[in-house]
Formats: sequence, structure tokens, C-alpha cells
Amino acid sequence: MIPVKPWISASGSLRANEGMKAGGGDVTNRSLGRAIVAIAAAAVLAEARAETAAKPAPAQGQKPHQLIQAEPPPFSEGIFPCSACHVEPGDRTRRELGFHEEIKLDHGPPENRWCLDCHDSVNRDVLHLTNGDPVPFTESYRLCGQCHGDKYRDWRAGVHGKRVGQWNGQKTYFLCVNCHNPHSPAFKPLKPEPRPARPEEMRQ
Amino acid sequence: MSDRKSLPVLQAAGPDEGGAPLDPRRRAFLRTAAAGAAVAAASGCGVEGFLRQHLWELSPEDVKRLVAKIERDEERKFARKVRVGNEPPMPGVKFGYGLDLSRCIGCRRCVYACVTENNQSRTRPQIHWIRVLEMEKSRGVDLAHANHYYEADQVPREGHFYMPVQCQQCEHPPCVKVCPTQATWKEPDGIVVVDYDWCIGCRCCMSGCPYGARHFNWATPNLPPEELNPNQHLLGNRPRPKGVVEKCTFCIQRTRNGRYPACVEICPVGARKFGNLLDPQSEIRQVMETKRVFVFKEELATHPQFYYFYAT
Repeated sequence: MIPVKPWISASGSLRANEGMKAGGGDVTNRSLGRAIVAIAAAAVLAEARAETAAKPAPAQGQKPHQLIQAEPPPFSEGIFPCSACHVEPGDRTRRELGFHEEIKLDHGPPENRWCLDCHDSVNRDVLHLTNGDPVPFTESYRLCGQCHGDKYRDWRAGVHGKRVGQWNGQKTYFLCVNCHNPHSPAFKPLKPEPRPARPEEMRQ
Repeated sequence: MSDRKSLPVLQAAGPDEGGAPLDPRRRAFLRTAAAGAAVAAASGCGVEGFLRQHLWELSPEDVKRLVAKIERDEERKFARKVRVGNEPPMPGVKFGYGLDLSRCIGCRRCVYACVTENNQSRTRPQIHWIRVLEMEKSRGVDLAHANHYYEADQVPREGHFYMPVQCQQCEHPPCVKVCPTQATWKEPDGIVVVDYDWCIGCRCCMSGCPYGARHFNWATPNLPPEELNPNQHLLGNRPRPKGVVEKCTFCIQRTRNGRYPACVEICPVGARKFGNLLDPQSEIRQVMETKRVFVFKEELATHPQFYYFYAT
């Protein structure tokens, strides 16, 4: 049996996938059919009850996980809302910018990348998907997931990225942009902590 | 105490010095008592700790008394309020750990988070429960060419990958098998623990462990009182006396209360995964179901509960 996988709804909360098929198949015997419908209805009701009332936990280690979204990283000071400056749609062509010089775009082949691939030119305070749907900055992972589907899938399952808090309860998950700079997403090298002492150094 | 290595034996005055000869039975008793007291003092656990029964044989009230005693002693020694817990394993829980080798950059943040959380000796002896091995990509996991003393301005270094090693919490732990006093055992939730009062410091477990995950307090641990972590567990991070073996416990004082281990929370790249192997929703289960995992030194049949994987 495939385990129930956590799924992210559009509102940004991770939930169990509740896809469920009721009935289905040709039932020739009417009473049997009714019985099946009754069972299915009972199952749906039970499911609904389980949704509202907390189920008695089968074991302490298998409480339903409660996922909390971490705060997205803060914008550079004075940069948001973008619409404070961008009132007109402006020039949408690719060019050297006279502003935002601190942003070095190093995200895939530079000849194919441009601000408006992700930023929306009509409403500057949101991002947009490739199909044009607006996405708020707090849900930027939906945008990232369009290209990085494998990472997105792993992240939703808790395999990519970090979670902190409780392994069997309330846990905080981080957004892509908490760890990766969206303009230059490769993880930056770090200075390592000091090496352990060699045995001979401890003897002195 | 004197510096002599052998146990001190009471010297009763002999007949030629004017004293009456001691009854041989009384002499034997005094010898045993003195030796016992000396060992108890040397082990640092106090006479009660030395003379008590094995932890499994103690009644819950006795354990409560033992824990209270440890708290009192520690508060006197460190002049700080401490809490020594004795949380039992949770039913329906078997801990598993995952480490993503494709993510680890060898920054050693986990090593020092572990030292702080688990009250390890800082210097002389310096004890680290996590050892980060630097290996060459061209050779793969090859211990003959691994180095954990690497120094660099920046990691990861070109052509290298990093493999942190700590206690693998084996299903068949050789360290438990070789312990002559049953001072170490595997708990039902999978954590291999050490009773520091029961350990005689013979270090058989250290030679039994194929992962180098056990560490010995050659001297009284050097732990500044202001750096003491007051949230402790009887079988976990309570300060150890000189002459006992210690090891990673998956941060038993945190995980038995539902929290992630310290190394999981500090990791800047999210390479460390932890959870209940019996819970299909846990991160570790997702790793095991969707990634190819391997265990370290599989050929030794220790069956680690620590799984390395490569997620990219």
C-alpha cells in the first residue's frame, strides 16, 4: 500500500492527501449496492469526524504532524512594496538595469533568464507562474517547483530542506528562499568549524 | 588520593609493632571495604552509585531517588539548577536517522552543536561524538583515504565529499555484546545507552564498535559550569565522571520529549533527517521509501539504524 503523503494545498499548509473514491464498479445486486453506498457514506462521515475531532493517537510516535511555515526571509530594507516605485508597467525588455545593481542574476543560463520570468510586470508586488497566475512572495515555492519538480516533491515529503521542532508533532518547515537566494540559488561555501584535536595534542 | 595505580589496602599494625594481630576474617573485610570505597571514590559516582543495583533491578522509587541525588550533586558541583529526566521509551516508536551525503558540506556545525547539547568534555580530553570524514569523490567511501582532521577556509573542497559518522544505533550492537557488566544496552526505541554508574571503564565496547563511536573520559571532563546544558537525561547528557565511556544517544533528552536531535536542527544544508521508522509520515520513512539508502559497513551485520543516502 502506498502511504499517505503530505500534500501542500494552495494556501500553503501541508495536508494529507484526502483523495478517496466512493462506490465505483457495476453493482447488479441492488441491496448489495445499497449496503456499499451505506458503508461508503459511513466511511466519509467517519473521515469527516476524524477531520474535526482529534483522533485518539495510535501511539505517541504517530501523532498527526502539524506543519508550520517559517517566516520568509526579510526583503532588503525599503524595497517592498515594489509598487511604491513601479507604478507603470515600464520597459519590459531585457537590458542592463540602472537600479537593483546589488542583484547578481546567477540562476541558470544568463542569456535565458530575466527578472520578469518570475516577477510580475502588471502587479509588481507578486510573482507569477509560467501560466501567468499570480503567486505571493510567501508562496514562492510554487514558482520554484515549476522547474525543480524533483526537489519540490522531496521538499513536500520532508526529504529536501530542513524541519525543526518536534519529530512527532509541531514542526516548522523552511521555504526554498530561506536557504537559497533566488537570484543566485547555489548554496554558498562555508568556513568549517575547527578540526578536532589529535590525540598527541591532547596528551601534552 | 595518592598517585599509586594499585588499590590501597589497609595496613594494620603487625604483632612486632606492639598491636594485637587482627582476626584474618576482619582483615579481609577491611580490605574489601577499603577497596570498595576507593573504587567508588575514583569512579566519581559516589558510594551510593557504586553500591546500588543494576538500573533494571531498581524499583521506580529507587530510580526517582537516584535521579534526585544526581540532581543534588550536580547542583552543588555546578552551582546551577539542573533537570535530570528519566523519560522511558515511547510505545510504537523506533528511531531512525538519515544523512544525505549529496548535501553535507563538512562544515562541522553538527559536531559543536552536539558538544554543547550533550555536555561533552571541551578540552583534555576533547570529546566529539560526531566525526566528519572528508573523502575523495574519485574513491568513494574509502576509509583508507578518509581524513577527519581536514582544515580549510571554505568547504566543500573541490573533489571531496563529507561523511559524518556517529553512533549508528545498531540493531545488533557489538558494543553491547562485549560489555562485561551490562552497563550498556539497547532500549526498545532503538537507542543504545550507557549507565555511567555501571560502566567500569574497561573500554571493550570501544574496541568492539566498528564505527569509532564510543569515547572514553581519560580525565575528569572539562566542562565550564556556565556552558552546562541543564536539561538532561539519566542515560544521556548528564555530566560524566572520569573513567567511563560515552556515546551519541540521538539526544535522548530531546527526542524522548518529541524534539529533533541538536545535530538535525543545526545543519545549515538540511542533510540530516530524523524520525520514527514505524510512522509512515515521518521524514525518515519518506527517505527510505523514495531514496536508495545504504548503511555503513553493512558487511559486519550490525544493522545500523542510521541510513546514508544520496538524494540529488
